Amino acid sequence: MRDESRPRDSRDPSHHGAEPDDLQPRTATHAGLDRHVVGYSQEVFSVQVGKPIVTAHRLTKRFGTFTAVDAIDFRVNAGECVAFLGPNGAGKSSTMRMIYCASPVTEGELYVDGLDVKREARQVKSLIGVVPQESNLDPDLTVRNNLLTYARYFDIPKKVAEQRADEALALFQLTEKAKASVDTLSGGMQRRLTIARALINRPRLIVLDEPTTGLDPQARHLVWTKLRQLKDAGATMLLTTHYMEEAARLADRVIIMDRGTILAEGTPAALVETYVGHSVLELRIDREENGPLVEELAGWGIDFEATDDAVYVFERNGNAPAPKSAVREALRRPATLEDVFLRLAGRSLQE
Amino acid sequence: MILGLDLSRSAVRVWQRNRDVFLRLWKTESWPPFLEAFITLVAFGFGMGAYVALGGEDYIVFLAPGLIAQSAFFGATFETTFGSFFRMDSQGTFDAILATPLSVEDIVVGEILWGATRGVISATALLVAVWIFGLTESPFAVGMIPVAFLAGMVFAAIGLCFTALAPSINAFNYFFSLYFTPSLFFGGVFFPLDRLPDWVRTLAWWIPMTHASNLSRSLNRGALGLDALVDLLYLLAATIAFGWIAITLMRRRLVN
Repeated sequence: MRDESRPRDSRDPSHHGAEPDDLQPRTATHAGLDRHVVGYSQEVFSVQVGKPIVTAHRLTKRFGTFTAVDAIDFRVNAGECVAFLGPNGAGKSSTMRMIYCASPVTEGELYVDGLDVKREARQVKSLIGVVPQESNLDPDLTVRNNLLTYARYFDIPKKVAEQRADEALALFQLTEKAKASVDTLSGGMQRRLTIARALINRPRLIVLDEPTTGLDPQARHLVWTKLRQLKDAGATMLLTTHYMEEAARLADRVIIMDRGTILAEGTPAALVETYVGHSVLELRIDREENGPLVEELAGWGIDFEATDDAVYVFERNGNAPAPKSAVREALRRPATLEDVFLRLAGRSLQE
Repeated sequence: MILGLDLSRSAVRVWQRNRDVFLRLWKTESWPPFLEAFITLVAFGFGMGAYVALGGEDYIVFLAPGLIAQSAFFGATFETTFGSFFRMDSQGTFDAILATPLSVEDIVVGEILWGATRGVISATALLVAVWIFGLTESPFAVGMIPVAFLAGMVFAAIGLCFTALAPSINAFNYFFSLYFTPSLFFGGVFFPLDRLPDWVRTLAWWIPMTHASNLSRSLNRGALGLDALVDLLYLLAATIAFGWIAITLMRRRLVN
């Protein structure tokens, strides 16, 4: 069943190309790509929207005495894009690896499309498309053969695999590189090919572990565009990132993780509204000199945070008045997920 | 599930992947090992053979089946040591495969089957050369091909055990000093083992290479007795034993 209630219907061309950071000019080729995406939406991502695809209950991963994931609960529903946000070592990748059965669950329960990952790893893996953090494309094979060889691991018949591979190469703008060696591709192309590879089995769930880490801005924006096309086509996606911007742009729902636990969960807008407010007033001042300012702000009963070189005022109901105390520089900007994250996880570097 | 192993016919997919890569590169990959074996045969067989008397048998006739078994040893060993190590470590190929429905067991079995196939390719090429030289003595000589496959599985499995344990590529130095070189010289390829001191002979009996070369020689002579049966049983048992160890070690290496 297709989700007809989706606000952005991929069949409506007016939504494409209107994306603010869509790097591709609207050309015939691009319209052709849209058709491919629509094709995907009908035959690939035909899932019942709202049905749980991933369910984790008290999910735990320990390595010896170190607890990487500490009894977390979460759910990913069909048609949803959920982003796990957190610093390195938060437990995001460990969680993803348990979902795609690369890492055994230490404790707790984890189901993918109703299947227990502990007992039905093969079936679970046949339903998932994985984009791992480190590229593991096959350098011994050409671009197209990477897709065909991967399809064979899923027992996909050769003819079907060839058709899907050519479609995926077109969708990810790699057709011209079909016969090239993987080593000759740029980082962005390799990442696109990895995403194309993850779609070869028409997955119920796409798991992307830091899909744009290490890419330059152009390549990153193109990957985002492609991921949004998949999302619009109804794909269920689970991604990890430490880029707040990525989470804000792609995710319907964000789960903020730190030190193995979930700190907060919600839509990007709701998280920002709840934990920070609509805007942040940044007042630059050294810690040694911030005494009068901190005292003044405390008197207002307003939400703020003082760091070594600045004081951040979180504005919930309208703008805060300008403080009378001396300030070197003042800047008002919209509140972002980054503010949410830093408030929840603290500003100190965790190493 | 056999013996707690999660094995499926998907192991063939791993074999197919390696075959595809080999077919793409065979012109550069398959000649050096064949030429090496061929040069050894000519140099030792004719060169040294002129000075060696082996109870009525020409030295080159003694040497040829041993070298055929040894080329299976080389082919299989290099494939599952350096070959598998690169796939596992720097290329991440095993990790990529593990994200598909295949299990660790499938990967290990696929790699072993492929290693054995490389052994057969090398052994067959040399067997043809030996046959053209007129050094085969019985129609049973063709049996050296399946023996190359069976022994190749043992060699491939042993190589893969080291690969699963090797922290880095340098660790293979131990593999070559402790296993590869002794197999080369005490595996019954270049000289019969019966005049060695007892303790060396006992150690040599446990080397898989010994049974591979003895069995090949028996087939070349068409002399299939109890000795040949023991060699065959040894190789079968070793395939299962080392295959199981390779799976156990690889699971520890890849799944955490």
